[in-house]
Amino acid sequence: MNKREFLRQVVAFLPAAGLLRMLPGTAEARELVGAPPGDYDPTKHWYGMGIDTAKCIGCNRCVEACKAENNVPDEPFYFRTWIERYDIRADGETTVECISTRETRPEQAEPEDPSVVRTFFVPKLCNQCAHPPCVQVCPVGATFQTQDGVVLVDEKRCIGCRYCIQACPYGARYLNPVTRTADKCTFCYHRITRGLLPACVEVCPTQARIFGDLKGQADRLVRFQRVNNISVLKPDLNTEPKVLYAQLDGEVR
Amino acid sequence: MKIREQVARLGIVVAVIVAAVLLLRFVILPESLFSARPHQVETVGREMAKPVHHAGVAACRKCHEEEFQEKYGGKHRNIGCENCHGPSAAHVADPKAEMPRKPREREDCLVCHGYDPSRPNGFPQVDPQQHRPGKRCVNCHEAHDPVPPKAPTDCTGCHGRIEHTKKLSKHALVPCADCHVVADQHMIEPRSALPTKPDSREVCGRCHAAGSTDPLAAKATVNLAKHGGTYVCWDCHYAHLPEGRK
Repeated sequence: MNKREFLRQVVAFLPAAGLLRMLPGTAEARELVGAPPGDYDPTKHWYGMGIDTAKCIGCNRCVEACKAENNVPDEPFYFRTWIERYDIRADGETTVECISTRETRPEQAEPEDPSVVRTFFVPKLCNQCAHPPCVQVCPVGATFQTQDGVVLVDEKRCIGCRYCIQACPYGARYLNPVTRTADKCTFCYHRITRGLLPACVEVCPTQARIFGDLKGQADRLVRFQRVNNISVLKPDLNTEPKVLYAQLDGEVR
Repeated sequence: MKIREQVARLGIVVAVIVAAVLLLRFVILPESLFSARPHQVETVGREMAKPVHHAGVAACRKCHEEEFQEKYGGKHRNIGCENCHGPSAAHVADPKAEMPRKPREREDCLVCHGYDPSRPNGFPQVDPQQHRPGKRCVNCHEAHDPVPPKAPTDCTGCHGRIEHTKKLSKHALVPCADCHVVADQHMIEPRSALPTKPDSREVCGRCHAAGSTDPLAAKATVNLAKHGGTYVCWDCHYAHLPEGRK
């Protein structure tokens, strides 16, 4: 092959490569068609969750449901949502214990500690911040906020560097040992886009968790916002969480 | 004017380079190299396509309307079916193939109703070691509409939190009825007849006023006229734990 032939073949090959590129593109499009509601418009929603800590009974059903719904590893240290017990003592000391790490609840009553002044449960999960620090730090742009306000992780793009896990002020992320990528609560994105409730809200026995749309006209979460004293976790960080806590004790961090 | 040949050749080379660069940028290299948007669209699509495991109450109701109505009239009204029966989307898809869990063990109920001091006040809890140990809850309680099978004979069935606090306090031996008048109706339908609460200092004074003959209160008597000014006793002393938390 002389130089002239080579150049001619290169010129002929380049557009063909462009055509080749379109093949996987159509495969992706096919995958998207499999997604449930074609008429779902993410710009019309801005999802949030309300948590009434005075109603949580610490039954861990939400944690179990979340693990079943989202294939979170069973080991008791991988959580998309978890429950903390706060014990506040008379001398001002506060102890926090994650009760979701227990295997099973024993067949005996929890012992009463007379030095504890207040004690209660606080369910925690990804706060789906309006200004998420985890998105800012991702070096490959694998985590991002959707138009309806949910922070998602692209598990094909994530390189597992754990930078977002460090950056999250709420400790809501973990490294999935199976995929070796960062994983977190998605508000059960596959459920809410189908019009279902997130699994944790679906099973909560005391309505301690309320799911809703902050753009909704008459929405449970908007009502929840109106009738309760609302706080968010770490408001000083200006992350603007969309998980709103009602009756939250000042000791909760 | 005639363009000199070397200029024309140069022009062709430049045009080919420009065309190659444009081709490379807009046709050959995928957009995902320059923008995160395609990745995000793909991720959103992938998330939305994930399978649902919890079917939701509405799906259960389509076949189990009777159970739904039974539950709807009772205290478990707000509890989703899959709280107790486990994720059941597979059962909804094929009712014969996959059966949801039937929670009949004691532990299934104690998950919520076992006593735990961190649970909110008023949430019905039992001490598993005292409340019919070893027996299944479903023997006496219908889980879809749970009411006590017979009127409770003592207060601890519902007020475990207070009972646990009082048990450790100096008022351990004082029965609830000493301070609260409890109508029988309260045992059947609690909110329709609330028990009375002490309304004056004299209620505490029955035992704690100076000159009281109660042997148990002998060391804790005060002069009602002088002690505490205009406040009522329970502004400072929690009657279920009068000595206070240490």
